Amino acid sequence: MTSLAPRTDFPLLAGDPDLVYLDSAATSQKPLAVLDAMREFQSRDYANPHRGAYDLSVRATRRYHDARLCVARFFGMADPDALIFTRGTTESLNLVATAWGRSNLQTDDEIVVTSAEHHANFVPWQQVALATGARFRIAEPGTDGLVNVDALRALVTRRTKVVAFHHVSNVLGDTLPVRDIADLAHAVGAIAVCDGAQAAPHLPVRFDELGVDFYAASGHKMCGPMGIGVLLGRRPLLEAMPPYMMGGDMIEFVYDDTSSWNTLPHKFEAGTPNVTGAVGLAAAADYLDALGMPAVRAHERSLARTAHERLAAIDGVTVHGPGPADRSGVVSFTVDGIHPHDLATILDARHVCIRAGHHCAQPLMRRLGVAATARASFYIYNDDADVDALVAGVHAARELFGHVTV
Amino acid sequence: MSPSDDRRSADLTALYQDLILDHYRRPRNRGSLEHADATVTKKNPLCGDVITLQLELDGDTVRDVKFAGEGCAISQASASMMTQLLKGRSAQDIGHVAATFTRMIEGDSTAAADASLGELRALSGVARLPQRQQCALLAWSALTQALVSHG
Repeated sequence: MTSLAPRTDFPLLAGDPDLVYLDSAATSQKPLAVLDAMREFQSRDYANPHRGAYDLSVRATRRYHDARLCVARFFGMADPDALIFTRGTTESLNLVATAWGRSNLQTDDEIVVTSAEHHANFVPWQQVALATGARFRIAEPGTDGLVNVDALRALVTRRTKVVAFHHVSNVLGDTLPVRDIADLAHAVGAIAVCDGAQAAPHLPVRFDELGVDFYAASGHKMCGPMGIGVLLGRRPLLEAMPPYMMGGDMIEFVYDDTSSWNTLPHKFEAGTPNVTGAVGLAAAADYLDALGMPAVRAHERSLARTAHERLAAIDGVTVHGPGPADRSGVVSFTVDGIHPHDLATILDARHVCIRAGHHCAQPLMRRLGVAATARASFYIYNDDADVDALVAGVHAARELFGHVTV
Repeated sequence: MSPSDDRRSADLTALYQDLILDHYRRPRNRGSLEHADATVTKKNPLCGDVITLQLELDGDTVRDVKFAGEGCAISQASASMMTQLLKGRSAQDIGHVAATFTRMIEGDSTAAADASLGELRALSGVARLPQRQQCALLAWSALTQALVSHG
């Protein structure tokens, strides 16, 4: 299978033909269209937006606004003012946990998360629980290590105020039934908060159809630049929440002893916004739309399936997570007798970039009983030759380590 | 493969040589001490490697040492080889070795030629792998802390 997007669209990949980049779950490479859009904005329309006394500032404001409309359209959102630009998924989730959590949670309320959350959707809730006296409850995985929706359902009660979960796991690559979990939360009057960092780049996300109250994603994992991301929210909740950060742009009137807040989305975007990042993210959304998100999904699943099957066929290799047919573009694995870090070093010498470690999911790694895994993740610019290089690298590592099991 | 690929491959073969892999698979002084005078646990939060180092001391001389934990071949071999050098030596003496080892890992070729490092010189290739230097130094950071906390 050839790559879905031409490698030549990506200057870094085009400039390093030997590079086998299999760490897109950490961050994606950038198409020229995104780099050009950011440069073009900075070269032509750059000024501080929302200060509109002169035409250049008006143009910058319009570019920021247009970027929001474009990204909202990409995420299937009819209300673009409920799309908050943030630094990324981490900031989006902290915003909800802090601004919504601190004003809505009290002693004896419960927050339910899964044990497979990335630290960014785990620690903010754990900490807001400690600060408010709410209980932090963790849905345990099934025997296969995957999220068990029944275990999650059993924890959701009248005391539950928040159900926080991921759309696609960054470790195991399984996809959760977002709509069902949102319904579960709403049936008891809780809010549903979804970490979409590993879904937004890889499958069609229609916020208005998902049913969740908040959805977070990062631009840099979906061909956009680092430092820009989104929080997609429901307007009534956002309007009822206190602001997260205070400063310029987010205020309406400031008096000596009190202040009032600007309307959405500005209320949650204190300070000079990252307009260049938003312009880049909008260009990334257009780029992905042109490929078609269903095609992106199909391409990655096919590569991951092949990688899963070929890795699992190697003696001593364990592939973690769902079966080959059910995974997104993420393949986590371990090799008997070879620590994932050693494996990553050996692959690196062959120009193959993979991730090794706990993937910011220590609670899940403890439950899987592994300290670390190796993770290969696929995206639109990968092809079958990249899978070949990965498999050959694992064979080479086993040879170097002498096939002996510790 | 390009000449630079050949070099990278040769570097790795030199690093993951039999000596290192032997210490990885059959670590020396692995276990725990019943009457430890100093116990230090160190973790590398980046990769999840963890080591617990225990020392039995006679004044400032190391009488016995054991380590436990898990990690990659580099961290485990480094810990295993380190423990072989410690018994019967003074804190000051050990401090010199630790400083020399650290300099070697950070790329000092004079340090890499220092015979006082013994088998540890097999780890000199880590100097060319900046992302792995912390692996090689984890046990040594536990050792330094154990000696400082006791002294």
